[in-house]
Amino acid sequence: MSEDTKIPTPVADSIETLDPELAAQVAIQLGLTAEEYQGVIDVQGRVPSLTELYIYSLMWSEHCSYKHSKKQLRNFSSEGEHVLQGPGENAGVISVGDGWAVAFKMESHNHPSAIEPYEGAATGVGGIIRDIFTMGARPIACMDSLRFGTLDKPRQRYLFEGAVAGIGGYGNCLGVPTVGGEVYFEEAYEGNCLINAFAIGLMREENITRAVGSGPGNLVVLIGSSTGRDGIGGASVLASQEFDEAAENKRPAVQVGDPFEEKLLIEVCLELLKRGLFVALGDLGAAGLTSSASEMASRGGVGIDIDVRKVPQRESAMQPFEIMVSESQERMLAVVKPEDFAAVEQVCKRWSVACTAIGTITDTGRFVVRDSSLTAGNDIVADMPAEMLATSAPEYDPPMLRPAYLDELQSEDLSWLSRENKSAAVLSDELLSLLASANICSREWIWRQYDHQVQSNTVLLPGADAAVVRISDTGRGGSTNRGLAMSTDCNGRYCYLDPYVGAQIALAESARNLACVGAAPSAITDCLNFGNPEKPEVFYTFHKAILGLSDACKYYGIPVISGNVSFYNESFGNAIYPTPAVGMVGVVDDISQVVTGAFKQQGDTIILVGQTEDELGGSEYLKVMYDKVTGSPPALDLELEGDVQKVVREAVRDGILQSAHDCSEGGIAVTLAECCIVGGIGAQIDLDDELPAVTSLFSESQSRIVVSVNDEQVNELINRLQQAQVPYSVIGETGGDNLSIEGKIELSLVKITEVYRESLEQLVKQR
Amino acid sequence: MSRVDEVRFGVVTFPGSNCEQDAVHALRHLGYRADYVWHQDTNLNDYDALVLPGGFSYGDYLRCGAVARFSPVMSEVVRYAEAGRPVIGICNGFQVLTEAHLLPGALIRNKGLKFLCQTVHLRVEQSVCKWLDLPTGIVLDIPISHNEGNYICDDDTLARLQENGQIVVRYCEPDGSRLPQGSAPNGALDDIAGICNPRGNVFGLMPHPERVTDAVSGSNAGSVFFTAIATYAREVAGR
Repeated sequence: MSEDTKIPTPVADSIETLDPELAAQVAIQLGLTAEEYQGVIDVQGRVPSLTELYIYSLMWSEHCSYKHSKKQLRNFSSEGEHVLQGPGENAGVISVGDGWAVAFKMESHNHPSAIEPYEGAATGVGGIIRDIFTMGARPIACMDSLRFGTLDKPRQRYLFEGAVAGIGGYGNCLGVPTVGGEVYFEEAYEGNCLINAFAIGLMREENITRAVGSGPGNLVVLIGSSTGRDGIGGASVLASQEFDEAAENKRPAVQVGDPFEEKLLIEVCLELLKRGLFVALGDLGAAGLTSSASEMASRGGVGIDIDVRKVPQRESAMQPFEIMVSESQERMLAVVKPEDFAAVEQVCKRWSVACTAIGTITDTGRFVVRDSSLTAGNDIVADMPAEMLATSAPEYDPPMLRPAYLDELQSEDLSWLSRENKSAAVLSDELLSLLASANICSREWIWRQYDHQVQSNTVLLPGADAAVVRISDTGRGGSTNRGLAMSTDCNGRYCYLDPYVGAQIALAESARNLACVGAAPSAITDCLNFGNPEKPEVFYTFHKAILGLSDACKYYGIPVISGNVSFYNESFGNAIYPTPAVGMVGVVDDISQVVTGAFKQQGDTIILVGQTEDELGGSEYLKVMYDKVTGSPPALDLELEGDVQKVVREAVRDGILQSAHDCSEGGIAVTLAECCIVGGIGAQIDLDDELPAVTSLFSESQSRIVVSVNDEQVNELINRLQQAQVPYSVIGETGGDNLSIEGKIELSLVKITEVYRESLEQLVKQR
Repeated sequence: MSRVDEVRFGVVTFPGSNCEQDAVHALRHLGYRADYVWHQDTNLNDYDALVLPGGFSYGDYLRCGAVARFSPVMSEVVRYAEAGRPVIGICNGFQVLTEAHLLPGALIRNKGLKFLCQTVHLRVEQSVCKWLDLPTGIVLDIPISHNEGNYICDDDTLARLQENGQIVVRYCEPDGSRLPQGSAPNGALDDIAGICNPRGNVFGLMPHPERVTDAVSGSNAGSVFFTAIATYAREVAGR
């Protein structure tokens, strides 16, 4: 609390406060520290009531207040001419031209999913989609960034299958296509899977809506589902603590989703927004009504007065604090002018959606909670300064310590790897092992469970380097031939071995994926998944990852318009790999020019843009063949990366390329195999790079893209590469029924296709 | 044939429908008039043909299509169909048509118990269906997207469907040959992807032709599901 902050005068003359000793105990039980509890007393000027204490414990929880991350997050810049809304709202918004704007955000739902994967993942999708239509945008696509332990463990198969089913179950019902995403399986995520859901929505620029309460006398209206005891304490119980043996007991804190209700809410809210009947709109997410109402009041500099008894309840005898902190899903909070309320009711009735005025906007600056079942005059159960509640949570500067493992692993000598003289037969078998790896093989088993085409705007099927959807308000309004390219990326292994470089690579890979479909990055959202921030080693990795990501964003001028931090991703004291997932969006100027990674026809020239170095540290090869996660991750030269992307992006836009595919996990051997498999065409390759065979095939050097180009365009492309001074090599030609890499790999297209396509299903079905 | 834009489709929207906008988009793209028909509306006179779109009407709670069939619009849809006027039910719309007994049989969970979104090969069968005017044996690649598309009916019904030429499209191999028995992607009986009533005016199918009608999908294989009905629709309407 700063010295000059003026706390508005309380509304209540008297309020039933807790016994001071009891209050201090309850505060600790609710997850506040002794110092934080003292902060509550300072802000309130007295001992809090039970309801107030619950509210503070949630609003000041890590999940709601970002108390450990706030200072670090200030490194990010959200500046950009096209940025219409940066962080601080339900989602960020950018202009994408011709009066269209998109809102997008990525958010974690890790902890609930680790306990109950179907509902955890489903409500993760529900939550992120509410964030999007709250801004006035129609949700047009979802992606998911997922992490699990390895599939040889039954529990991991259960989590993975359940989460995928939950994502599909919710998104499919809403009619929002899930068009892409990523998944990795690694021991580090065994006790704490990651479910990061990304959603994007489309609107006309003038329709942006914000959750800013205003106009004393206006009604505060709750729309959607009734309120129950589900998800009570989700933010503090689940999201702000580590897991231990008692995790199973936390199951009641996981919410249950009703996608049908949410589908109705989307239609109701978008119709009401279009008709201008909302002054403000916010969704009820973590900490439910408490955070939604107090943030709305705080942003608008007003007060809010709510009667909990007016909130429709699905369970009997709910206490005021339970109503205030319930995380029942599919609820929205709107501010409506009194004269518009009848019209709002009418629209809601048409869609059979409940809508109830539960309070009013006031000019007191106080967040007042009443229980009208109590006697008048004594009915106030909480009376807090709204702005202080929402914004004055403590901010921490946690200690950092460079983990000892970093130096040890980074300096590991891996030269023995490339000294091994392996025959083509052995190398071919190794490539098959990589293609069968859960981290590389086809994700079709996942995405065929997602409706990836509804809304009829999906330009590329999932599995492409980047997802592309047409900018079109299908069946309602304008359609264009422009598109949105999007990708989510993060290699947690790289981030574990070097959080700074690893985070930069996450950004670079996203941008490279966009380049492959001809799009430049417009902005990113992020979902920063880490362990317990109170551990100095963990916080060091968080700090470094943020620096890496923000430095790279600034270098390329990419604004960070929204994001989410998920801490305490630990189980039994072991943290996950630092996983700063990036969700990037860019614009495709002409969707007819988009290419995929698939080889298109016989006889095209295959060119490697970029250059392979000896970089097997942190590679999938090292993990799959030797079960090691060690070494330094590949280096990233931001300038070279930018040049490689630019030349490929422009070549795609100008229609010069037949295909473009980013080199990532598994190296160029895997990239080439994927181009062949998806295209159904073989390739004859000679990697004349003077590197040892293993390095040449499987090194994960960054800034590389494999492209194919027909005879007429070869010279044009080579000219452009030379002019851009980008290293490249002509490595072969498409054609035949084999993937042949001179002296190194000889495999039939049939074989690699079978292994690549069937592996994931086999891994899931093993018993 | 008169100008196509005189044909007017009504696309029925239930709470929870989510492919109604795709259908309207596809129809308008093909040059027809298309309007949303709210499930509480009961005047269908203005429409030459009706589309019951895909989605999750009423959340698919209880059973797919089971609640939607009691929507006010449905008794009118039944009357409309009984008058011989064209009705197509796509995916959830097909489920609604079976629940409303406008088509026989039922659609149950896919045999793999997983939602399936993928492109399938459909063989056009010799049928009495007014919605398709294509040579028998033609193969169309159309996406499916459903959790409950596994068609079942009793033996007598199946025999009747076969006899009457009510089986309109079947899942098949890429070259149009029959799949090995029991290997339809969703497990459908006799590989049935779509059926019609004996009169041929009511057609239900699980695949989504409306998703493959414009360039963005890279195919317009679905257009034929909407272009043949115009002439017939006008005849029945006496226009």
